[in-house]
Amino acid sequence: MIRRVLPHGLGRGLLTRRPGTRRGGFSLDWDGKVSEIKKKIKSILPGTPCDVLPDTSHLPPEHSDVVVVGGGVLGLSVAYWLKQLENRRGGMRVLVVERDHTYSQASTGLSVGGICQQFSLPENIQLSLFSASFLRNINEYLAVTNAPPLDLQFNPSGYLLLASEKDAAAMESNVKVQKQEGAKVCLMSPDQLRNKFPWINTEGVALASYGMENEGWFDPWCLLHGLRQKVGVFFCQGEVTRFVTSSQRMMTTDDEMVTLKSIHEVHVKMDHSLEYQPVECAIVINAAGAWSAQIAALAGIGKGPPGTLQGTKLPVEPRKRYVYVWHCPQGPGLETPLVADTSGAYFRREGLGSNYLGGRSPAEEEEPDPANLEVDHDFFQEKVWPHLALRVPAFETLKVQTAWAGYYDYNTFDQNGVVGPHPLVVNMYFATGFSGHGLQQAPGVGRAVAEMILEGSFQTIDLSPFLFNRFYLGEKTQENNIM
Amino acid sequence: MAAPWVSLRLVAPMWNGTRGIHRLGGAVVPEGNQKKERKMLQFLNNHFYDVEALRGYLLQREMSKVHLKNRFRDKEWIRPDKYGHFSPEFWNFREVPVEAVDASDCEINYEGLDNLLLLKELQSLSLQRCPHVDDWCLSRLYPLADSLQELSLAGCPRVSERGLACLHHLQNLRRLDISDLPAVSNPGLTQILVEEMLPNCQVVGVDWAEGLKLGPEEQPQDTASPVPA
Repeated sequence: MIRRVLPHGLGRGLLTRRPGTRRGGFSLDWDGKVSEIKKKIKSILPGTPCDVLPDTSHLPPEHSDVVVVGGGVLGLSVAYWLKQLENRRGGMRVLVVERDHTYSQASTGLSVGGICQQFSLPENIQLSLFSASFLRNINEYLAVTNAPPLDLQFNPSGYLLLASEKDAAAMESNVKVQKQEGAKVCLMSPDQLRNKFPWINTEGVALASYGMENEGWFDPWCLLHGLRQKVGVFFCQGEVTRFVTSSQRMMTTDDEMVTLKSIHEVHVKMDHSLEYQPVECAIVINAAGAWSAQIAALAGIGKGPPGTLQGTKLPVEPRKRYVYVWHCPQGPGLETPLVADTSGAYFRREGLGSNYLGGRSPAEEEEPDPANLEVDHDFFQEKVWPHLALRVPAFETLKVQTAWAGYYDYNTFDQNGVVGPHPLVVNMYFATGFSGHGLQQAPGVGRAVAEMILEGSFQTIDLSPFLFNRFYLGEKTQENNIM
Repeated sequence: MAAPWVSLRLVAPMWNGTRGIHRLGGAVVPEGNQKKERKMLQFLNNHFYDVEALRGYLLQREMSKVHLKNRFRDKEWIRPDKYGHFSPEFWNFREVPVEAVDASDCEINYEGLDNLLLLKELQSLSLQRCPHVDDWCLSRLYPLADSLQELSLAGCPRVSERGLACLHHLQNLRRLDISDLPAVSNPGLTQILVEEMLPNCQVVGVDWAEGLKLGPEEQPQDTASPVPA
């Protein structure tokens, strides 16, 4: 409107020619002035970004009810269940802080993607069973209108665990517990094994347990993507560098002084800059996977004389594990489950084209340096291939195609997860330390942590054996079936 | 609700025209003015929370309809009590084992299979064109391994080669129909692998030369009238 008025108003009075032609001493740049005025008006009109204030769209919000440190499958699962179980829709603001939006080192994406119920602890079995039903009904949980349904590429081929003579008794009792909890597992003798899977060499195998249902492997990226697109939370790419805590000294019933800390601010530093945003929060969830110990140390967990509750560190450290992909044209057929050998080596099929992938957990002395994710191919030659070739003779002629490495968030205490609040830092909740089976238990653990936060106690699956207290009390919740 | 009745009118024709929730995801190719309606719907969905909430609600309702159809899990079947004794009525039917079930075009899903798995003498099962039968359902079929001889999965949109891998438990299977499975990525190769997996079974449905695919085969429900292959 003004645009049109200007030339009209001026045109009659001053200029009879088109702007741009000058005569005499006139050097008024009408064109430039008009375009400048146009630009200013455009920037003031609603709907366009106003450049008057600095752009803060990359920073997290200044206040958030819950801050989840770590955007992998566990962190996203906790965020999802918090939003699902909150009493009032939109009642909680949840912020997920992830340092690396490419997830290049995150355990979730690098995982083999297996899910199985063959654990020795009933709680682990329950978690896996719930996760299996979550994955089965994933389109009901994670449906987003107008988005295509999620395809997890789930292979329901099951897990086959092989046991030697000395482990056979333990396997039998484990299978009993598993059947009690409702997992569909059956025991097989070496003869039955040979019948069913003729490509197996049963030398040294006394007993095998085979999962018939709800076990297999799937695509972890799909689950991650599904959780990410569903959850109505704030995402921020940044690194948590500081917790600002406030303390309270209290007296226990035994007349001991205890200092309870509570985190009320989280400093999130942006990538490649010194800029940081302090986020006021009420609850912090530590789902940082392999780096959880650093986050815990920031909150002061473990800073105290050793042997006391203040001095008990979070015993989660990154451990590097290799996964190798190889091609073997005469290898086991379509029915191959994920086979875990007596030596700890495991493998499974990958796709239709005779490709397999697998690996082996190294012994304690041979642990590789977790500083980087470089692959050691000699490890395959010396420590993995011989066991594979012994178990499956067809694997004597195989050709390694590719390999990668990823981190386990390894719990050095008892290789089981840490779930629940910290006794002294009252508003930090853990959901980490699952030592290689975090992906398959993520839906169940997410729900448990959300229940803990919203209701104050575990409602569906009781994960009290996984609380932090056990590190101080020295009570191990040992899981025997770790791969 | 900010945009109540207008949005209802727009949504209703869409839902009448489609049968399953997953058709909305784009599996059925829209044509003509259905496309314009979908674009308008998408636009409204992106701009109004109410439309999004309504569509979410309708989606949930469709899902619960499927659940409702599969709810007769522990009812209406005569089952033994904890002592292993049957109620007296069962003795009337004892001599009549169920040998064949035709569940084609049926909305049976994972939970609904509970009923079928109890039929220990089932010999022939037809699950043709069942929209909700997927890989998870196939992994449940192993209890029928001793008796099942014929299985047809023709035209099931959600069955892929990963589900076919769990059919190796069914060692008595003599005839397996895996034609017209859109979710299988490589039908020819899958056919070969399934044949290797089930050596005693005749696997029907896909030609190794993928140029021509056989249409969904008609399964004979009683063996009195065989169909020319």
